[in-house]
Amino acid sequence: MDFSYTILIPLIPLALFLVLGIFSKKITPAISGWLGSLGLGSSFVLSLYTAYHYFLKGKVNDVYQTFIYKDTWIIFTDKLHIDMGVLIDPISVMMLVVVSTVSFMVHLYSIGYMKGDDGFTRFFAYLSLFSFSMFGLVLATNLFQMYIFWELVGVSSYLLIGYYYTKPSAVAAGKKAFIVTRFADLGFLLGILILSYYTGTFDFDLLTNPEGSIITNGVASSFMGLSVLTWAILLIFIGGAGKSAMFPLHIWLPDAMEGPTPVSALIHAATMVVAGVYLVARMFPLYYFLDNGFALDVVAYVGAFSALFAAIIAVTQTDIKRVLAFSTMSQIGYMMLALGVSKYEGHDGLGFMASMFHLFTHAMFKGLLFLAAGSVIHAVHSNYLKDMGGLRKYMPITNIVFLIAALSIAGFPGFAGFFSKDEILVAAFESNMLLYVIGVFVAGLTAFYMFRLYFGIFWGKETKFEHAPHESPLSMTIPMLFLAFMSIAGGYIHFSEYVTADHQSFEAHLNYPLAAITVGVGLIGIIIAYVLYKKETSIPLKLSNSFGSFYKWTYDKFYIDEIYLFVTKKIIFGLIAAPAAWFDKHIVDASMIGIGNATASLSNRIKGMQSGKFQDYAMSFIGGGVVIAMIIFYIWIN
Amino acid sequence: MDILSLFVIVPVLTVLVLVITKNLKQARLVSLVGMTVQFIMSINLIFAYLKERAISTDIMVFTRDVVWYETFNIHYNIGVDAISVVMIALTSTVVLAGIFISWKIADLPKEFFISLLVLSSGVFGFFISLDLFTMFLFFEIAVIPMYLLIGIWGSGPKENSAMKLTLMLMAASAVLSVGIFGVYFNSDADGGALTFNILEIAQVNIPLAAQNLFFPFLFIGFAVLGALFPFHTWSPSGHASAPTAVSMLHAGVLMKLGGYGVFRVAMYLLPLGALNWSNFFLVLATIGVIYGAFGAIMQKDLKYINAYASVSHLGLVLFALLMINKTAWNGAIIQSLSHGLLTALFFALIGMVYGRTHTREISKLGGLMKVLPFIGAVYVITGLAYLGLPGFSGFVAEMNIFVGAFQHPDMFRRILTVIVVSSIVVTAVYILRMLGKIMMGPINNDEFKNLTKATWYEKTGLILLMIPVVAIGVMPFWLSEMLKESIQPFLERLL
Repeated sequence: MDFSYTILIPLIPLALFLVLGIFSKKITPAISGWLGSLGLGSSFVLSLYTAYHYFLKGKVNDVYQTFIYKDTWIIFTDKLHIDMGVLIDPISVMMLVVVSTVSFMVHLYSIGYMKGDDGFTRFFAYLSLFSFSMFGLVLATNLFQMYIFWELVGVSSYLLIGYYYTKPSAVAAGKKAFIVTRFADLGFLLGILILSYYTGTFDFDLLTNPEGSIITNGVASSFMGLSVLTWAILLIFIGGAGKSAMFPLHIWLPDAMEGPTPVSALIHAATMVVAGVYLVARMFPLYYFLDNGFALDVVAYVGAFSALFAAIIAVTQTDIKRVLAFSTMSQIGYMMLALGVSKYEGHDGLGFMASMFHLFTHAMFKGLLFLAAGSVIHAVHSNYLKDMGGLRKYMPITNIVFLIAALSIAGFPGFAGFFSKDEILVAAFESNMLLYVIGVFVAGLTAFYMFRLYFGIFWGKETKFEHAPHESPLSMTIPMLFLAFMSIAGGYIHFSEYVTADHQSFEAHLNYPLAAITVGVGLIGIIIAYVLYKKETSIPLKLSNSFGSFYKWTYDKFYIDEIYLFVTKKIIFGLIAAPAAWFDKHIVDASMIGIGNATASLSNRIKGMQSGKFQDYAMSFIGGGVVIAMIIFYIWIN
Repeated sequence: MDILSLFVIVPVLTVLVLVITKNLKQARLVSLVGMTVQFIMSINLIFAYLKERAISTDIMVFTRDVVWYETFNIHYNIGVDAISVVMIALTSTVVLAGIFISWKIADLPKEFFISLLVLSSGVFGFFISLDLFTMFLFFEIAVIPMYLLIGIWGSGPKENSAMKLTLMLMAASAVLSVGIFGVYFNSDADGGALTFNILEIAQVNIPLAAQNLFFPFLFIGFAVLGALFPFHTWSPSGHASAPTAVSMLHAGVLMKLGGYGVFRVAMYLLPLGALNWSNFFLVLATIGVIYGAFGAIMQKDLKYINAYASVSHLGLVLFALLMINKTAWNGAIIQSLSHGLLTALFFALIGMVYGRTHTREISKLGGLMKVLPFIGAVYVITGLAYLGLPGFSGFVAEMNIFVGAFQHPDMFRRILTVIVVSSIVVTAVYILRMLGKIMMGPINNDEFKNLTKATWYEKTGLILLMIPVVAIGVMPFWLSEMLKESIQPFLERLL
């Protein structure tokens, strides 16, 4: 079987980026929009074909095979070299489908959404750059290739968050996102350096082979009680946690909502932010087998805590995009949790499968939520719940698709999110009760804040609009309808047949008692939201007052941003950078100038001797001669 | 005429023709023609070198040896390996771009171009020399015109800056000359004649005591030019006062003489000294990397930011050289190239911004992207390349250095390596802070709305520098393999 054609999937957006980037002044908006969509459309079709081709025919002896096509990019040492290429296995093919689907939909949607913007072509160029980088990341054959594209998605994200570059808040948000994730990437890079030094390779197929020597002799040497390799993968996980906005590296994600909404849908909901999950899944055997899965436990707890933490914050936010951002963080926490409780073989690998399943369904319904939110924002020109209400009459399609997505994320039976979330909770239930309880509680919170949002936007108070909002154009509604379809149909794909940790299919069934509990908790959340927000009442206000300072803490996101600000402004700038600059000017440079001045003043003192008077010179000459004669005489007599 | 001597002769001939030119138009045309020839020759040299390398196993090719001053056994001895070839290509690219950037220089154009070309002939001579004395001579030829270029065509407290720069570099030369004579007078240790010939000295076993004594002289003498902490303070004020093309050439090429000299002379001729001193200088280089980066965060003037960034990035070159292994050295040389191109780009861009807005203070600039889209875009790309984004040369260099440095398992170097690697975060901070303040955000001065767009010669200069940055970043394989072959004989001396 030959999958080498998959290389075209990233190359098409790259070509688009070059064309749109270089000729951005010459290409008219209409052409660039359709050109971009056409390009991503071809990547989309190719990805679907790859999935069809691979999942139907990629098995040998019931095991999905891994296909690698690569070429050397640079050689570091005798052992270490970076290859560029594509790696085809179940998770990369699944990710191709996710990325190309959402990217294609977002391209189409942006034609309508960004209409009239004077940076239209630039916008599509950035989108293509992002798509290229994300495909490259997904298809990476080795850790270093992944790191390279990891940085490239980071910079695409930076450019797109700061797309409205004349707006200071957007510029600041882009900068924050880049620096926070770069800080996390420092961990990633150090992890790669350690891992490659002790294993002698970057290649995923060597690193993650469960029968290979790296895993079987994993404890190369130990450091503070753990294998150095465990330290390495923990450092790598920091990189993943940074990209995937896990606590405490999540602070950039809410601010990233400064970017245009299609960008939030593509990058900050569906694709780039799940790169951390993908990274852990890609290296799953290492996480699972080294030191009895110590690193994997860390992943599980970080995921569970982030899921809970973000869901609590999401309840109180008033900017609809920020609610969705925290929701994204919470759902990614779920995926991490699922990976963290997973085992490797057969049905025990349920968590792994559930995590990938949820990644897939989440991309569809969260992408849709953002696109629908964008449609609303487009209509009312505001991000805030207070400016919305009763919109169902003006925007019927947006209303329906938003409802579908909300039901899906809330885990309502029959919708995609129900199936994937159920698998996650079953996996958690089978391995760790605490994580299971957190998961169920978060499910309830999710249903509540999502329906708070839904009722607040489309029902609630009847807002009086100066210009009546109207439904978005077809180029925006069609992608939304497609994703709405996927937010239901996506759940009926038998993931356990295709995407598993050990590349072998297993049978997964709904666990009815557990599903009933989850659905029950979700319904309670929806009902509370219904009571509170279906009609405008004063209950929510009273309720938030009764929570007092806890409400305020939550509303202010537990002051994590302020802590970061303190550390950067006061400690790094105030106690390191400023003293360094001062030291340089007043100590290092001053001492150099001091040497210069000392030389000058010394010459000033002795320049009097060069008086130009013959008598002075004669005087010195004779005086000097006498002194020398005396010295010689003294030596001679001794 | 041999292919290498032309690299000195063409600039000298150009200078001679420049003497009879009458105005700016003639002067820049002559310089442009001369340097275009030089540029084409340097591209040709790369291919000629590859061809020659395929059939020759000598360390140096295209060698030529003419006795120059017999009493002291001084020769005009030239030859190149891959490292000098790429440095020559870098120099000719930066000089040519510098001519384009100085297209409209107002005062004394003829004298300006003459000084610039004299300087560059010194640099070219330095890179082809295999004789310590001749090399030192060219080194001085390259350093002296700097004083005139800054003192006459500079801005701000230019006399003071020119003085500081020249005196510090002269002091470094004095230290360096002690080292060179130290090597020279020990070059008969095995019973041969005294010699300045680098390749011959490399065959001699210089006594350990002499190596330990003279290595710091050679190292510091060269490394001052490579902005070694704490001898870097000539660079920020010098660059701030220098005219654009001079800053480009100085930071882009002249500062590379430091790392090149350390590699070619200090470590090659005194390998035992290098091994004994490496930990000490490693600490200084590490401090330089992180200290320069933090220093850059607090600067208010664009050129100062770039100057401190150079301290950090050239500290990385010295750090990599002292790590003594093939990967790190490969990284050091690519970093030299990459930093040379990127810093030249930065200074060119700063010059363009300054020429239009008459300020370099970041607090007074803002939103320039809107009015200067081309300059703004190149500024952002250069910034991203500078902070080590994959796809540009800086990334390739840094990764070679980091992977190379990580091949030493001892705790001491591990800790230094981790400190150095963490500089990538600090770099991102000062670069993005600068980009965000000057290029993005609202336009904070109404006068900026009428700035003139980039002209064709400015664009040519920028694109000329940008092409190799991208080429190295996207396809590093050929460059890296070509360099490694030439690194090997130098590395073997230290193993």
